[in-house]
Amino acid sequence: MKAIHQFIDSNVHPLFKEGSKLEKYWPVYDGFYTFLFTPGHPADGKAHIRDGVDLKRTMNTVITALIPTLLFGMWNVGYHHFNAIGIDATFFEQFLFGAIKVIPMVVVSYGVGLGIEFLFCVIKGHQIEEGYLVSGMLIPLIMPVDLPLWMLALSVAFAVIIGKEVFGGTGMNIFNPALLARAFAFFAYPTYMSGDKVWINTTGTEGMMAVDGFSGATALGEYATTGVSQYSALDAFIGIIPGSVGETSVIAIMLGAGLLLFTGIASWRIMLSAVLGGVVMGLIFNAVAPFALSAEQQAFMAVPFWQQLVMGGFAFGVVYMATDPVSGSQTDTGKYVYGFLIGFLSIMIRVFNPAYPEGVMLAILFMNTMAPLVDHYVIQANIKKREQRLALKTATA
Amino acid sequence: MSNVVTIKRGVNIDLVGETNPELGTPHSISTAALKPTDFQGVRFKLSVKEGDEVKAGSPLLYNKDVEAMKFCSPVSGEVVAIVRGAQRRILEVRVLVDKKTKFENFGAVDPHNIDRDAVIEKMLQSGVWPMLKQRPYNVVANPEITPKAIFISGFDTAPLAPDMGIILEGQEKEFQAGVDALAKLTDGPVHLGLSESIPTGKTLASVRGVKVTKYKGPHPAGLVGVHIHHLDPIDKGEHVWTIAPEHVVILGRLFLTGTYDARMVVALSGKEIKERHYIQTVAGACVKELLENNLSNDIPVRVISGNVLTGTKIEEDGYMGFYERQITAIREGVEPELFGWLIPKPNKFSISRALPSWFMRQAGQVKYDLDTNNHGELRAFVVSGEYEKVFPFDIFPVQLLKAILNEDIDAMEKLGLYELVEEDFALCEVVCTSKINVQNIVRDGLNLLRSEVG
Repeated sequence: MKAIHQFIDSNVHPLFKEGSKLEKYWPVYDGFYTFLFTPGHPADGKAHIRDGVDLKRTMNTVITALIPTLLFGMWNVGYHHFNAIGIDATFFEQFLFGAIKVIPMVVVSYGVGLGIEFLFCVIKGHQIEEGYLVSGMLIPLIMPVDLPLWMLALSVAFAVIIGKEVFGGTGMNIFNPALLARAFAFFAYPTYMSGDKVWINTTGTEGMMAVDGFSGATALGEYATTGVSQYSALDAFIGIIPGSVGETSVIAIMLGAGLLLFTGIASWRIMLSAVLGGVVMGLIFNAVAPFALSAEQQAFMAVPFWQQLVMGGFAFGVVYMATDPVSGSQTDTGKYVYGFLIGFLSIMIRVFNPAYPEGVMLAILFMNTMAPLVDHYVIQANIKKREQRLALKTATA
Repeated sequence: MSNVVTIKRGVNIDLVGETNPELGTPHSISTAALKPTDFQGVRFKLSVKEGDEVKAGSPLLYNKDVEAMKFCSPVSGEVVAIVRGAQRRILEVRVLVDKKTKFENFGAVDPHNIDRDAVIEKMLQSGVWPMLKQRPYNVVANPEITPKAIFISGFDTAPLAPDMGIILEGQEKEFQAGVDALAKLTDGPVHLGLSESIPTGKTLASVRGVKVTKYKGPHPAGLVGVHIHHLDPIDKGEHVWTIAPEHVVILGRLFLTGTYDARMVVALSGKEIKERHYIQTVAGACVKELLENNLSNDIPVRVISGNVLTGTKIEEDGYMGFYERQITAIREGVEPELFGWLIPKPNKFSISRALPSWFMRQAGQVKYDLDTNNHGELRAFVVSGEYEKVFPFDIFPVQLLKAILNEDIDAMEKLGLYELVEEDFALCEVVCTSKINVQNIVRDGLNLLRSEVG
């Protein structure tokens, strides 16, 4: 380890230091250096000891928590592909097919996203920050597998530039960048982002066509248009349903949620209250189902509340996206409200608006907008307490 | 019966390198110094020049705005150096220590028998006054103000905290006299905070004329700011004074003997000090003799005047701070670490469970051997809810810090900055994922608030 460090210190470092030719690219060098080494910088504040966790470690933990969904997603892509074209395939073949489809998405996402980040850091002379490490993994996991890679790249560029860099980079953004990428793709290329053609790849093997009677719609899509689905709640729980790459398996998501909650990196307040919000809205729909406007809607409303929680991107959104600390509510009390409304609105949007069966995306983006307002009221309550205390004192004095 | 206040939010960071509970053989010290940088909110003028002979209690400096407020030599001897920094700011006034200390005599008097003004005058002229700190702003107390209460914390919960029982041992009379003097200064009570679990020691247990409250829970339960917040929070326009118990003893001596006798017991702590014990010395002592042949060799060591959360980094021949009762030495964390963020190493502390140290703690390894490494680089605020875990105040720490960064005076006021000082945020700084130097921000905020509001 010493040897590597010495090599970098004496051969690479001088190229980028102040006054040298590549000085401008210092942020890039620094980004790679700090990726390799936690620098030997001692604490320079008043506290002389520091927590062992930094932002790199935090982001790394979230990525680790995403791995089960990524692996399951790869297999699921292959599983549905071979199912759709009516070919028996082994587990390994299914996984391999999915991996070949999904890995390029991950590569494009990181390549484009980090490339833009590096560019901005060089222009601004800032250090490279870790925010995109998680977004870069989230984005492929919330896209349909058949989304053309150039559309993915464009969505990433939009999310990083408009969603983050214009606000000042990591920690400054208003919206969750990954969801912004999805929203961009959703509104810019709706035909590639919804309907029943995009969720399952049927063209991967030459000369093969989908079998007769095949429907590639998601469970939510089916409910929204017809009021019934071919997939059971158990299918949705395990994850063997069509959908965005990483969102289908509640089991895989629960593994990730377990890690995030255990390490304390994601807020249990948001997760818990979001699930509660979903349950409450689900129960309300169950209760008012008889008064629905159409038969399809009635059937959708009558879906048991717990089944709503395992379908679509609800679980994925609640665990990985709603808990984003930057775009979410920042006060402990605010987190309950924020989470609850995300859960509540997710189910509401998906049932009421068949055009947007993926309610959780819009619910979270909407609540990103509202989070500062929620916090504002929480903080005002705290301020008021202090003002009242002072008023009481002056009154008695 | 006293009340018990339970502090829930906070954390005890147990480090290796505790001080052995015994008094070491006394060392002679060669020099002692008064460091103007220890005092906030004071503009200094020199009373002496190099070469002057001073007694213990002779003024070295005075406050330009309150000329009666003297900052006095803790020892007798010759002024050997006046160290200045940028813009000729005075950093240290060093005094060579005589073999036998000569004291200025301010006259012994029973504080019961004199009025408030006489108490103040005695404290101002003898150099004892600056031991009183004032909230808001964490500055040397303003003698023209009558505080609504005075708070003393009788225990320390910081990492490697010294045992106040040992530091105050055998000082019952002095402590009582000090408390009697303090009682003259306020219309309200003199509060003494004691721990529910840490043994109190005879000196504090026997004192009369104070309002005792007991606290239990992790650090920062021992911080006087926490006590104030839970008993009598400070609102706009109110003032509270605080004083450390070892300073109450020195204050008591002033009234019992008429001298500024700055002798005190300090703790040597931290893994890199070989013989760690309590030692009798004076305020502002040079640490060179205390640490000579007593520091680990071959590795870079950081010597801290104070504890690891709030102390000041000093040289190996530097001087103890005015408000400190402890010298700590830990390893300087200057080694780069390959994939430090990725490879989990057991010997790191974290408030989250994202490091294996959590398992180690469960498995019985209870003490950390921490160095001063920053473990990462400065970032913007990203993680939320982190400071709140170690911040037992009904105040929003991150929002308050952002108000300070925005220089938004109105928001600072409303969010409760009047109640707080730097040390209250020390744990926030430790646990910060973004490695923000929180205490420096708080100091800037207090300075700004003071300059605008007064």
